[in-house]
Order: sequence, then structure tokens, then C-alpha cells
Amino acid sequence: MNNLTLSNSIRFIGLVLLQALVLNHINLFGYLNPFAYIIWIFLFPIRKSQSLFLIASFLLGLSVDFFSDSGGVNAAATLFIAFIRLPILKAILKKSDFDYLLFNLRALSIDKIFLYITTLTIIHHFIVFSLEYFSFSDFTTIISNTFFTSIFTILVSILGILLFVKKK
Amino acid sequence: MQQIIYFLTKFRYFLLFLVLEIIALAFTIQYHSYHTSKFVNSANFITGGFYNKINSINEFFLLKTENKLLVEENVHLKNLLDKKEINYSYDSYKIIDSSKYFQKYEYSVAKVINNNFTKRNNTLTINKGANTGLTSDLGVINSTGVIGVIKSISSNFSTVLSILNDNSRINVRLKNRNHFGTLIWNGKTHTTTQLIDIPRQAVIKIGDTVITGGKSAIFPEGVNIGVIKDFRFENNQYQQINVLLFNDMSAIGYVQIVRNLQKSEQKKLEQNTANE
Repeated sequence: MNNLTLSNSIRFIGLVLLQALVLNHINLFGYLNPFAYIIWIFLFPIRKSQSLFLIASFLLGLSVDFFSDSGGVNAAATLFIAFIRLPILKAILKKSDFDYLLFNLRALSIDKIFLYITTLTIIHHFIVFSLEYFSFSDFTTIISNTFFTSIFTILVSILGILLFVKKK
Repeated sequence: MQQIIYFLTKFRYFLLFLVLEIIALAFTIQYHSYHTSKFVNSANFITGGFYNKINSINEFFLLKTENKLLVEENVHLKNLLDKKEINYSYDSYKIIDSSKYFQKYEYSVAKVINNNFTKRNNTLTINKGANTGLTSDLGVINSTGVIGVIKSISSNFSTVLSILNDNSRINVRLKNRNHFGTLIWNGKTHTTTQLIDIPRQAVIKIGDTVITGGKSAIFPEGVNIGVIKDFRFENNQYQQINVLLFNDMSAIGYVQIVRNLQKSEQKKLEQNTANE
């Protein structure tokens, strides 16, 4: 229990700093920066209190906002995917192999991990870019940014999870 | 009463979500208006401190480019000095009359510790703040051109509203003519900005230099900005004038902060005139 709290706190701080100091400055092809800090949302255990999770994900987004001077854009998007995470997991995993107590992302099959991460990433990125551009006339830019940045984020997230998360 | 409590417990996560989301959206809306984004910015102790640390490492790798820029500026200033010398050399004596000299602009130096240029609304963070006498709405330039305007201030750091921002409006004019216009950014690439409000009587050509106009009280007149890259002339109007910036906005090291010493006087006079 305590161990879990500690590892999640360290992951929180580590991902915010990684996002602010490294990932925000990658600029692949001139403009692509992955938002890989949402890995924290993917990996957060399910049995923990839901309200703690919502508040923590709001703070996660807000810390990234502080570093990248973007108002409340990341906070709004991160909070939203935190809220819809459980329904999406339920839909993807069906009833049979859904284990509340021992939720471990690595224990799932790779196509289910991929589907789960892809859905949440695309929703998150769409909210981020819509709030950032904040105008209907830039709709095509928002869509293209969402698409290309999502590919990059999904790639980084899956690689990060495969490399750094232990398979129990 | 019981039903209210039942309702609250049943939807407590949704209500929490709603409250937090509204806070986040309030920050977002604040962020889109120029003058009110005071809370969420990187000009605070923690984020500024981190950027400062990282920058002191990165800076080492940029010494070469920084040196080159300084040498180029030195050459430019030396050329200006020598031009003056010719005029003075005819005089055998010089009278220094302090009432003839006055200072309108004061410059100070700062270092950019965080820079973004790929988003729709870009800002920079610099390592000077209220402790060194900075206030908001001061101009920020470097030796090759305009960077932006100071937005938020903390005691040791400030954020700069880059010219690559939706809220950025800079008064400019053409170097060879006195037609004024406004510089905005459409969010496409960080190398080009757009010029609007140019009167249709103005004759412009590709390659014309664009400099700051003296209309605003923030920048001195004549700071370089860029050259006209291309434009469309339709229905007797200039539609889209693209300006290629002299500055490489992706690599900015040291900047100069411009303080207009006569700004309050000018503002006061303009206000009085408007009220009459």
C-alpha cells in the first residue's frame, strides 16, 4: 500500500519533469512534442479512491501547465481522461478478464493495451489542441495536430511502458 | 433533504470532476485574454528555478552562436560610430551641453531560460524579474530583431509574450516608406509572421524591410523585424503579407529589455486628449 503511494508519487514528479524539461523541447519535424506525462493516468491503480485520482490528475495537468505557460489546457484534458478511464477500460476488457484488485497493465494482451492507450491519448490531445487554438476556423489544424502528436505520444508511451514497467 | 444527500453521494465523483473541470476551463479562458493570466505561468519560484538550472547547462553549447551574434552587433555599432566621427572631425572643439542630451530608452540585459515556438500561443521565460526593476509591458528585443513584450512578473523571473502569439499586436512600418501596419501571427510556422492594416495606397515589394513603428510606447522606432516574403493583392486590398523574420525564434539566448522612460508622460497626454 505504502509502496504503491510512493511509486506513484515518484512517477508523478518524474513524468512532470520529463515532460517539462525534455519532451516539450523535442520538436520532431519542427513542431511535434509528445505529451507522454499521461502515462501516469494509464498506470494508476484502479482500486485506489476515485476522488484522490481525479484531484491528482488535475494537479498533474496543472503542473505541466505551469511549466509550459498554457493556462488550464492540460489540466482540463488530463482531468477528463481520468474521469472517463474506468468506463473505457470496462468497455475494452469486458466483464470476464477485468480484475479490480490486481489491475496491472502489463498483464493484459498487447492489442488491448494499444486500444486503451490510443483511445485515451486521442481524446486528451483533441481537448488540448481545441482549447489551445480556441477557434473553429483552425479546425483542420487542430485535427492534424491531434493526429500526428497522438502517433508520437502513443509510440513513446507504449515503448516507455514496455521498457520500464515490470511484468509481474 | 435525504434525497439531496443521496444525490450528492451517488454523483460525488461526477460533481468533483465538474468542479475541477470548471476551474481548469476558467484558467484556460483567462489564458486566452491578454491582461488577466496572472496565476498559471512559468514566472514562479519552482518552474523558474528548474528552467534556470537546465539553461545553465544548455547555455554552454550555444556559446559559439552567441559569440557570433555579439561580434556581428559590435561590427554594426562600430560602423555607426565611424559614421558619426566624420561629422565631428570638422570641429576643432566640442561643447558638451547636457541640456542637449536626453535619454528616452533604457536597455538592460536578460537571459532566456525557456522558449517555446511550436504552439499556437508561445511565451518565453527570462531570468530577471521585479527585483531588478522590471514591470509588465516592457519591450524585449535582441540584436537581430523584436522578440516580444513582458507579460507576467515574479520577483526573479518574467514571462514574455512572444511575437509568435495570438495576442501579439506590434505596430510596425516599412523602412523605406512611412506606412504603418500591425504585425500578427497566424500560427503556421515560426519563421514567418503576417502584416495587416497596411493601407492599399502603400506600394510594397518582396524584400522590403519591416521595422517597428514609433507609434507604440513600448518599442523604439526602427528595430528590425524582417523582410516581406510574399503577398497577395486582391480587390484593391493587400490580403496576406508574409514577413520573414530576421530572428530565428527557435534559438534565442540573451535579450535586451527596453524601458521607455517617457512612457507615462506619453500615455497621460494621450489619455487627457482622449477625455477632452
